[in-house]
Amino acid sequence: MIKAILIFNNHGKPRLSKFYEHYNEDTEQQIIRETFHLVSKRDENVCNFLEGGMLIGGSENRLIYRHYATLYFVFCVDSSESELGILDLIQVFVETLDKCFENVCELDLIFHVDKVHNILAEMVMGGMVLETNMNEIIIQVDAQNKMEKSETFIFQSPRQDR
Amino acid sequence: MSDVVEKTLSALPSLLSLDSQAGPGKLSSSSKLGNLIKGITELTSKHEEEKLIKKELASLKEQVASPNTTMRQMKEIMVRAIYCEMLGYQASFSYIHAIKLAQQGSVLEKRVGYLAVSLFLKETDEFLLLLVNTVLKDLQSTNLIEVCMALTVVSQMFPKDMIPAILPVVEEKLTHPKEIIRRKAVLALYKFYLIAPNQVQHIHSKFRKALCDKDPGVMTASLHIYLQLIKESPESYKDLTGSMVTILRQVVGGKLPLDFNYHSVPAPWLQIQLLRILAYLGKEDQGTSEVMYDVLEESLRRAEMNHNITYAILYECVKTIYTVHPKSQLLEKAAECIGNFVLSPKINLKYLGLKALTYVVQQDANLALPHQITIIECLDHSDVIIKRETLELLFRITNAQNVTVIVEKMLEFLRLTSDDYSTIDLVGKVAELAEKYAPDNVWFIQTMNSVFSLGGDVMQPDIPNNFLRLLAEGVDSVEDRQLRLFAVDSYVSLLQGETAKLPQRFLQVISWVLGEYSYLREEDSDPGSVMRLLARLLDQRHTSTETRSWVLGAMTKLCSSPVSVALARDVCERYSGSLNTVLRQRAQELMILSQDTKLRASVLPAEGRLESLEVDSSLSFLDGYVSEALAAGAAPYKSPHQRQEELVQEKALSLEPYGLSLPVSLSSCSITDRLTDRQSPTLLSMSSGLSGNSTELSHKEGSTALKLDGVKRVWGKDGYLAQQQSAGETPIPQVELPSPLLSPQSPPSQTQKPSSGPEPDQEKRQLASSLFVGLGSHNSVCLMGRAEPAPRHFRRKPRGESSSGASEGSSDSSHSSRSAAVDNLLLSNLLDTTTVASEGGAATTTLQQTSQRTLDHTTSNGSPHVEGTEQRVEAGGPLSLIRGNGMVAVVPPTHTRTDPQTQPDLHPAPALERPRDLPLTSHLPAELSGLARSELTTLCSDHDPSLALSACRVYKEDALVLLVFISNNTDSTLHQMALQLTCKELEISCISGSPLKEVKGHSVSVCLHTVVMKRASVQVELAGLLSYQRPLGQPQAAQFSLSLSLKHFLRPLTVSTGDYGKMWLSFSHDLKQNLRLVTTEHQEPLTATLDALKGKLHLHIVDVIGSEGIVACRLLQGQGQGQPCLLHCRVHADSLAVWLRSPVPELPDSLLYHCQKALTET
Repeated sequence: MIKAILIFNNHGKPRLSKFYEHYNEDTEQQIIRETFHLVSKRDENVCNFLEGGMLIGGSENRLIYRHYATLYFVFCVDSSESELGILDLIQVFVETLDKCFENVCELDLIFHVDKVHNILAEMVMGGMVLETNMNEIIIQVDAQNKMEKSETFIFQSPRQDR
Repeated sequence: MSDVVEKTLSALPSLLSLDSQAGPGKLSSSSKLGNLIKGITELTSKHEEEKLIKKELASLKEQVASPNTTMRQMKEIMVRAIYCEMLGYQASFSYIHAIKLAQQGSVLEKRVGYLAVSLFLKETDEFLLLLVNTVLKDLQSTNLIEVCMALTVVSQMFPKDMIPAILPVVEEKLTHPKEIIRRKAVLALYKFYLIAPNQVQHIHSKFRKALCDKDPGVMTASLHIYLQLIKESPESYKDLTGSMVTILRQVVGGKLPLDFNYHSVPAPWLQIQLLRILAYLGKEDQGTSEVMYDVLEESLRRAEMNHNITYAILYECVKTIYTVHPKSQLLEKAAECIGNFVLSPKINLKYLGLKALTYVVQQDANLALPHQITIIECLDHSDVIIKRETLELLFRITNAQNVTVIVEKMLEFLRLTSDDYSTIDLVGKVAELAEKYAPDNVWFIQTMNSVFSLGGDVMQPDIPNNFLRLLAEGVDSVEDRQLRLFAVDSYVSLLQGETAKLPQRFLQVISWVLGEYSYLREEDSDPGSVMRLLARLLDQRHTSTETRSWVLGAMTKLCSSPVSVALARDVCERYSGSLNTVLRQRAQELMILSQDTKLRASVLPAEGRLESLEVDSSLSFLDGYVSEALAAGAAPYKSPHQRQEELVQEKALSLEPYGLSLPVSLSSCSITDRLTDRQSPTLLSMSSGLSGNSTELSHKEGSTALKLDGVKRVWGKDGYLAQQQSAGETPIPQVELPSPLLSPQSPPSQTQKPSSGPEPDQEKRQLASSLFVGLGSHNSVCLMGRAEPAPRHFRRKPRGESSSGASEGSSDSSHSSRSAAVDNLLLSNLLDTTTVASEGGAATTTLQQTSQRTLDHTTSNGSPHVEGTEQRVEAGGPLSLIRGNGMVAVVPPTHTRTDPQTQPDLHPAPALERPRDLPLTSHLPAELSGLARSELTTLCSDHDPSLALSACRVYKEDALVLLVFISNNTDSTLHQMALQLTCKELEISCISGSPLKEVKGHSVSVCLHTVVMKRASVQVELAGLLSYQRPLGQPQAAQFSLSLSLKHFLRPLTVSTGDYGKMWLSFSHDLKQNLRLVTTEHQEPLTATLDALKGKLHLHIVDVIGSEGIVACRLLQGQGQGQPCLLHCRVHADSLAVWLRSPVPELPDSLLYHCQKALTET
């Protein structure tokens, strides 16, 4: 099971945090800080796996992360997930973001936190991998976006009338 | 432009701008979120950010509270709130509005509402209950997107109790025509299964349907459930093996639609999932495993594409192959695969290769051999994670031959790491290896030194505990002495150096070892040297309080020579004024023991390290002190719990209805008499250390409603001890250190640093040969064929079974308690309530530690000398060993207490054996010694001159205790003793735990019985029969009789005048009589008469008003408080008119008889 998904930038500023297990607010913030601390001091040419974050649960759990330009994508998972599988899942996630935002950058994540969450929700549901196919994910997200656009359209019509 | 539109627009400026700028890249800086983010990015300090966010939150709060805020604005506000929350600032005011948004918004707003809810709220939040109806409504919606949102939020978090409310609807979704809905419903149900397995029991058949769903996506989702279920009980799902194999075969064979391909690998995540399930199914099951061999082989074969995800499948495949019943052909292929991983230049694959190796070497250590060089290289890898994994692998292949090299590698890593997690983990491993495989003492001690200095204060506490136990237990052989001596020597040299960097835990270990074993090195140096080192340690600023108390404990053991005594005096002077009570305590002990050599020798015998000690947790040796203090006017101790209760009772007093006031007032009256309450040492020796349950005990045995918490609780958990504990547990800051003692100890034949040598390859080979020696000794791959000597295990004995040869005569229980005790060594303060009572292998559970001699047990009572004396007395008497269970261990020095109302708990004390020259009263059990008692009456001594029987009554608060002393005046032992007491008017119960069986020559046994009346009668006859057998004689019997009068069963009844009045009215049986007045010179006739009655009959004078007096008493009858009787006395002419009332018919009559008799006798 995936315990948490964290995205933060090179300075440790959180860009997205999604916890699939219950932690209290302070612990969540501590986890983010500790994870950043662990991940950020790793070189580029080392493996993408980390063990032993104290907060998020000892030897059972591992951190699997990828570093893209200014952002770290970190998945904290328990032993029932495949390391390499998750590593590719991160890739799928980022590719999907890239598709949805057309050349995704850090700012997209900042300004459209809700959208990123919605995309994530189509991939991972309650800590379980729901969909790994980028096209499927995009279809689902698009279906929602269409609805969003149609609503916006209705709302925007009067403005166009003025 | 109309006004209406104008207004609308002005109300929603931000939203419009945000929405119109939804396209990627075109980020609006005019939106409020944009402003906020812009503001934040411009900030330089955390403090400024805080200020800005606070301001933002305040404005958000204002907006959400405003009634004019529309749902659309609310949506925008939520996004901002989400942002603030992500940065770690609470926006709790918005939670309820998030729910509202989810409830009332349009689909779009609802989505943000749900998102905010799932980010803000936790499963336990009560707000979630407000969401249940919304979720239910959305689940039933015809809009698929709403259904999806509801399912998503449900699987993120849902209150456990509310699952039944939505379960049927979610279940329904399993048959929904849309695949995505079915898929989400399956995952939602899986989540329910994780939260509340029982509630989804009934839908297991539906899970099977999901597994067979025509859509592979739904099937994939259902595998989540099956992975979990099969992991929990593989047996119940063996029938699925065939299906799983078929599915995997189809997937591997490319039968799925191309949509499922990822980098042209068919559904890799699905394959991984299936392989895991197969591993669980085939584990230790040959039949099931055989079904899957083919498909596993196919998976291996097909997964040869050179992409990351194929390695994921391969890795999973290899693990499965090594988990299921082995098939050699597959194993070979898997091993080859592992080789590819390990040798891969890709670091992720190398990591997984090492992980796979770690997994497989547990089955076959030889699998590591082909990769020796790679493993050596990984040891020096730049990535710590790789290094750690390599050490983990080495840990698994450690044996007696390579242990030194491997441990050295681990310590090397430890010295460099600053990560607590790795430190704790590795330190534990090193300690384990050292214990298991240590080649010699020197190495062992040095390794453990490193462990302690590196592990510092983060390591698991059982490491020092095990180490100390290892040192302490074992035969006193030369080998053990050497080990100890070496430890002592190495610690002395450590203390001579810089100690500031040594962790506190290590210092504690050092103190204990030095205290315990310094005597081993006495021949070569002056006796004060260790003492001086300890004193120096004591003075250092970085030494924690807890460590100081260990040091003081060690000094107490060492202060034998004059030099040491002088040093000790110095130390005591400084610490006896310490603000810390524990230190003060230790200092006092040190002071007393250093001045009294004899006492010290008896308390801390040099050779008596491991004899188990018995514990008198009742602290009966303090009775004298307590009674003195009480006599001097000290208030009796009440535990906080008790005080609380009394407070409640006192408050309740005025509110209680009349009928209940009797027991209440009784208990409140007896509070003052509780000072000598004490529980039987026997019982307490069981409960010592768990002092919290003393209340329970008193509840159990108290036949009255009184709380019998005794003096013991002074030192109980709630009181002093708790304080001490907290003092002892002060956190010690971790000290990171490169320690001076960590001089790497290189094994003789290897070089350690590959970089230094001219021929690195050669060195690696050498290292490899030392690392992998002992693995597959007949294998030619082993680089350096070394003959394998028989492994020498440092630990000679498995744990727990310790040193049975060493302490002959000590029972099994003392063994176990001892080892348990050493486990607690570092928690020594826990045991402070325990007290030494006597030696010997009695079966009573003793809670003692190896550090018994450290006087831990005495710290709480502060008078070691009392205890020491007692111990000497116990050890001195040849007959003092006490047999049987439920024995009383200690007869305290005679206490002259006259308070008749003391109320101890009575506990078995059947067979006390004493030298006969003591007076019989000295055989009184400790808990009765403080009570009023009658003179001894001799019973039928004429029957057999060699056997004397005497009886004595002890007036306990809730019963009359009858003691029968059986003195055997001959040399021979009496066997098969049995004492029977019968009387139809009395209820007699024997309170001896075990019937007495024998009385040794010239000794005395005591039988205790509690006696209460069945019905009130003036006088009763008690018949007794004692049967016994002399050696080589016939069974004999001695009969006797004893008369008991009503007055022996009367106890004062303390009630207030008001209560008396109420009671008086409610009692139905009354009697009036005129009695003779007592006349004395000094007193009023009424007072004199009442005093006489009080003295003889234990009545309580409630009040005297003019010529009238009211008196109350109770009769011990049956269980409980007894029956009250009230007397109203009025002086009338020359006589006293007495009016008796009681709820019991016979009582007034009988009591009146005794009143008459008492007054006539005066």
